[in-house]
Amino acid sequence: MKTTQKIKAIAEKVYQTILKKKQPELKMPLRSLNNVKYDPKDGYFELVGKMKERTLTASTIKTFAQTLKMMALSKSIVETNDIATKREAYYVSKNWGEARFKEQPESDTVMDDVEAMMMVNREQIGFVPEEKGGDIAGKLVVVDKDQDTGKQLKIDCTKMGSGAYSIPSSVEHLKFETNAKFILAIETAGMFQRLVKHNYWKKANCILVSMGGVPTRACRRFIRRLADEKKLPVYVFTDGDPYGFGSIYRTLKVGSGNAAHINQYFCVPQAKFIGITPQDIIDYKLPTHPLKEVDLKKIKDLIKNDPFIQHHKSWQKALQQMAKMKVRAEQQALAKWGLNFVISDYLPKKLKNEKSWLP
Amino acid sequence: MSNGQVHAKELAKKHREISVAEFFEKNRHLLGFDNPRKALLTTVKEAVDNALDACEEARILPEISVEIIQLSESRFKLILEDNGPGIIKAQISKIFAKLLYGSKFHKLSQSRGQQGIGISAAVLYSQLTTGKPTTITTKTDKNKKAHQSQLKIDTQTNNPEILNEQEIDWEEKDHGTKIEMELEGHYFKGKQSVDQYLKETAIVNPHTTIIYTNPLAEQIIFPRATDELPVEPVEIKPHPYGVELGMLIKMLQNTAGKTLQAFLIHDFSRVGPNTAKEICENSSLLPNSKPKTISREMAEQLYNGIIKTKIIAPPTNCLSPITADALEKGLRKEINAEFYTSVTRPPSVYRGNPFQIECALAYGGEQEKDQTIHLLRFANRVPLIYQPGGCAITQAVQQIAWNPYGLSQSRKALPVGPCTIVVHMASVWVPFTSEAKEALASYPEILKELKLAIRECGRKLGLFINKKKRLHAESKKRSYIETYIPYISEALHELLKIKKDEQEKINQLLYQILEKQRGILEKIEIDNPDYDEDLAKIGNEKEEFSLEEELVTPKTKPQETQPPKINKKDKQTTLIK
Repeated sequence: MKTTQKIKAIAEKVYQTILKKKQPELKMPLRSLNNVKYDPKDGYFELVGKMKERTLTASTIKTFAQTLKMMALSKSIVETNDIATKREAYYVSKNWGEARFKEQPESDTVMDDVEAMMMVNREQIGFVPEEKGGDIAGKLVVVDKDQDTGKQLKIDCTKMGSGAYSIPSSVEHLKFETNAKFILAIETAGMFQRLVKHNYWKKANCILVSMGGVPTRACRRFIRRLADEKKLPVYVFTDGDPYGFGSIYRTLKVGSGNAAHINQYFCVPQAKFIGITPQDIIDYKLPTHPLKEVDLKKIKDLIKNDPFIQHHKSWQKALQQMAKMKVRAEQQALAKWGLNFVISDYLPKKLKNEKSWLP
Repeated sequence: MSNGQVHAKELAKKHREISVAEFFEKNRHLLGFDNPRKALLTTVKEAVDNALDACEEARILPEISVEIIQLSESRFKLILEDNGPGIIKAQISKIFAKLLYGSKFHKLSQSRGQQGIGISAAVLYSQLTTGKPTTITTKTDKNKKAHQSQLKIDTQTNNPEILNEQEIDWEEKDHGTKIEMELEGHYFKGKQSVDQYLKETAIVNPHTTIIYTNPLAEQIIFPRATDELPVEPVEIKPHPYGVELGMLIKMLQNTAGKTLQAFLIHDFSRVGPNTAKEICENSSLLPNSKPKTISREMAEQLYNGIIKTKIIAPPTNCLSPITADALEKGLRKEINAEFYTSVTRPPSVYRGNPFQIECALAYGGEQEKDQTIHLLRFANRVPLIYQPGGCAITQAVQQIAWNPYGLSQSRKALPVGPCTIVVHMASVWVPFTSEAKEALASYPEILKELKLAIRECGRKLGLFINKKKRLHAESKKRSYIETYIPYISEALHELLKIKKDEQEKINQLLYQILEKQRGILEKIEIDNPDYDEDLAKIGNEKEEFSLEEELVTPKTKPQETQPPKINKKDKQTTLIK
């Protein structure tokens, strides 16, 4: 079914319910960690079916109206073949009188709810994010189209010099050409810079991706498509801290609770963790920072509530070890052993020794 | 002769008997004549009490005319006229000019007057402040002439002094009594004024018509609201528990009973042969002793014997309550509120005296929110105006914790909130803290009943306030929900291209669905057809109006000879001159 038809069908149901003098409602999947399960066969967080409901109650009436208005906005965008950024959609809502959004996170939430209700990706309902998808350098040719002529456009990521290719917000139309051996996804732009500067991709015959924190949907989708189509292994290199493990790596690999409805396409189940582990902190005698209260809380929370961590004993052990050590280490701490220690020693050793990885 | 003896003799010369009247002359505050303001009110109050008692006793629907005329800056004339049974000639002077002469002191029956002081005290006050006599005109029968007399009290002997006496024609009246007296006073409006007193009297005596002309020559008529006289209170004999030793001795002397047993049976209520025997046994006295031979010591034995004996409580059918409904209706006339409630407690007994408490309460509406509640006190249908602090009713209200009932209250104070509470005590003997009859004494039994009655109203108030809070929260929620209904129909219009008029229909349907879902929202508002705006104003005037104060300025001028006239208009013209 086309997006507009889907939207209309939902609206029609609301309309008919009202005509029957019954309380209208909108049901949508609850987007949170306690509404997902992890099955390694599928490789991503799947919804388990809890729904949230919006209807004529004091606590839900506003979002009920806002959801319908957001659907109306989406329909008009799709019908005119246009797009709106999340922020633009937020500004459009300023015309909605009392139903307007006060802050953008509110409108983002309602937008995600519309997505989840229709089980589609936000691009399909006409909305695009502001954020960059991430940077690429290395042995990859991205095949895109010229925005005016529609002519094929080949972007060679080996020819970006000291810069990089930027992943667009929508990646479905891209095609890839590569003979690289693997993809290396890196947490920080700083580490990415170092690897680019020293042409690490040339030595290792790989594609470098800078995620810049938690990978965006576009970034995840890009890596997923590339890895699937070219059958490439994916390695993830993050800081040794609960955020790097639980937010960045976990989201890349299996998706998030918040985007549970689209995880299926926006995750990279084949990803492996080659970032700084608590054991690495000991083995490499890395300089550390003490864990803060929030870090300890995050560790506890991951062990207790995260279906992915719960499934993997080795992750629980690593997290418990970190909680005991009460310290964390950044990936750039490797510079203690020389600025290019990461290139000459750490990465080659890591990639060779599968036992030092985490699932 | 020693010095001591000389002094004793000289002192003995100075000692002499003081009459009640003389005592009062020096202690007028005890009877409520402390200052000119209060004196005017007390005088009116005593005269009105007397008139109402007389009418009710004769089962006549009272119609009372009260006229106060200002004669000079601080001198007033009171003319009070009733349609009572009138007074026979022999009693006129005693009733009005002998203190402690009355029909009510020796019997137990619910009435306004109790001790025979009131009206004669007013006569005495008039005499003391003006030197003038009081004129009484009274007529007992259509076919008889009226009797008019001018009276004074001989303060040394407490005996009436008749200055002038004559038979006159009094055509307009079949029967009734008219009192005319001059007195020093001070007239004002607002709280504790004569106006307020008469209004409250009218409210708790709905069977009465009062025609009142105040010193501003404003005539206010409080018309009768019902033609039904209150249930006639039944006279009862004293209950043994309520009699003190001195009274007991006096009763022994005056009894017609030949034996102690007969005395106990005939002169007390709730004493039968068995109880009488038991009392005698408990007092170690022979049932056939002659009452007149009982000595003081023996009387004390008897007194203690009574305490030891179990005697059933006095009959309570002797009381005539206002009734909760009538009390509440009076409140409705006076106050536009959102909520009214009232309760009449079953009769109870203190010290052998039956009594009954009634309470009514009005909350919200046009009442002040941030002030202490308004408390109206009544005893035997008489408003209690002064001494609220010393009154058991006030104490009962203060001792109740009001916060759970939804009124704020600092520790042991009157609560704060838009609330008026009316409390009435009916009793064959109302225990006042003083002869001025301004405040109820706080006997534990009375305090307990007061609290039970007021608490019951309080509980109902609490339920109402909770409901009001709930409704308020619900109405807030609902209007919040309703805010978003137009956006739903607007979105449906955009999504499904439904037409504008259909969009309006969707709104209406959504409002209906909401109502069905959440129930019809009950509205709390003032719904009070009984309200009487003019009545409500009386006694609640913000600025206290005083003739005397206005006259302060002209007083300094030389031409002070002519006393200002009664009428406000006239007075203004004199000022302009």
